[in-house]
Amino acid sequence: MIGVEELLPVSEEIGGLSAPLEEGPAKMRVKDLDLHYGSFHALKNVSLTFPKNEVTALIGPSGCGKSTLLKTLNRMNDLVEGCRIDGTIELDGENAYTDIGVNDLRRRVGMVFQQPNPFPMSIYDNIAFGPRTHGVKGKEELDAIVEQSLRDAAIWEEVKDRLKESALGLSGGQQQRLCIARALAVRPEVLLLDESTSALDPISTAKIEELVGELASKYTVIMVTHNMLQAIRISTKTAFFLLGEMVEAGDTDALFTHPKDSRTADYVSGRFG
Amino acid sequence: MSKSKFKETAARVLFAIAAAISILAVALICLFLFVNGLPAMDEIGLTAFLFGTTWKPVSGMYGIFPMIMGSIYVTAGAIIVGVPAGILTAIFLSRFAGKKAASVLRPGVELLAGIPSVVYGFFGLMVIVPFIRTTMPGRGFSLLAAAVLLGIMILPTVITVAKNALDAVPKSYYEGAVALGATHERAVFNVLVPAAFSGIMAGVVLGVGRAIGETMAVVMVAGNQPVIPNSIFDGVRTMTANIVLEMGYAADLHRGALIATGVVLFVFVMLISLLFGAIKKRGEAQ
Repeated sequence: MIGVEELLPVSEEIGGLSAPLEEGPAKMRVKDLDLHYGSFHALKNVSLTFPKNEVTALIGPSGCGKSTLLKTLNRMNDLVEGCRIDGTIELDGENAYTDIGVNDLRRRVGMVFQQPNPFPMSIYDNIAFGPRTHGVKGKEELDAIVEQSLRDAAIWEEVKDRLKESALGLSGGQQQRLCIARALAVRPEVLLLDESTSALDPISTAKIEELVGELASKYTVIMVTHNMLQAIRISTKTAFFLLGEMVEAGDTDALFTHPKDSRTADYVSGRFG
Repeated sequence: MSKSKFKETAARVLFAIAAAISILAVALICLFLFVNGLPAMDEIGLTAFLFGTTWKPVSGMYGIFPMIMGSIYVTAGAIIVGVPAGILTAIFLSRFAGKKAASVLRPGVELLAGIPSVVYGFFGLMVIVPFIRTTMPGRGFSLLAAAVLLGIMILPTVITVAKNALDAVPKSYYEGAVALGATHERAVFNVLVPAAFSGIMAGVVLGVGRAIGETMAVVMVAGNQPVIPNSIFDGVRTMTANIVLEMGYAADLHRGALIATGVVLFVFVMLISLLFGAIKKRGEAQ
């Protein structure tokens, strides 16, 4: 039997620094990224660095390309027909599209979707799916991973007595935390959140926001949100997108209080979007 | 009464009549079967009829147990032959086939559904039976021949229903699986197929219904001896075959016994239909 640690080495290599998010070592970096859906130019020459163990928020009006950018980071755009990508995306300095296998990349860069999408199976099997995918077979080891993941996602106490029950019986907020636990179970290095609270009620949203704050000590978190207050509450870096361009990126506080670009100023003061 | 209201009422009456016709047909069939079949069962004796192993109308022996077992064996054989192939084809069509492969395969499956059963029977008679006769023991007319032929015949039912079930699985399940680093194969076989399980089973049950009711093709290849087969190379007679082979000349109690065979077949089909309903309900409850 192969342990998950042996299978999944965590790279200690840290990439260099680059504008525009300059502080902290880079975990992921996007360079000169152009993305087309067929003839539609969805992302225009985007360059952006995501610092390690920080929460970066991507904001902007609908259709600005922020979700599209997020999906290039774990190659989920590969599933979209007619999607073409130019430029480079790096994870720990390695090219995410050529140096790393797609399944390994997605293991290292986990994703939580807008709508909670637990599999129609038991809570336990939902969490164990990822580790099993990557070769963990021992029951004790799986049990330990399931418990730890559910604890890390702050849902263990609520589900510990019903692990064998269907995950579809959980509330929306619980389902989303289950999906976060499922993503954590493969020990990712980066966690992508694609408007992951937009389908939830305010109390569930608050729980997940609190959780994301805690996760940032262990993971690099990149989140798309259309809720600017949410970006202010839980992110340390923010990047603002408009019509496929990255307009401005920097410390969240600075971007919201002293935006450098007039378009950013208009957006954060609520004049459009 | 206003014109639009009249139209509405007229349409409603028309639909009600149309619906009533199909219900009426089922009710009449039931009535016919039971009115004609039950007295014969009573006269022969229910146990002697259902569990008697000798079918010899000339001697007044009407045991249909060999035919009941024949139907069960042939149907089970058809499941063994047709279900794995059908489900795998559905998975291929739904999740693996490129546009080109699908554009060849899908019309092929539809065509398979449209072939008359006598043509299937002819194919069995000219290809499957001689093949079994030359390569295996027995005369070729056998349980095996009927099972293989029926296995092919239920393919379109199994494929179509299972494929629809797979197509209906939410895209988010697939995305969730590959986002965890699962390969396409693992996402399909470990997430999508289990998610579509009840729909796939519904396809299997419908296939079973088709297999147990099939008559013409089976008669042409099964040998039709009214005895319980000892091996898959022996001939076999199903309930449907029993009815169609002898109805032309049967009279009196013999005729009644054949109709009673129809009653038993009817009960089998009802059970299958109930099973189908239960599976569908379970799938919807998920």
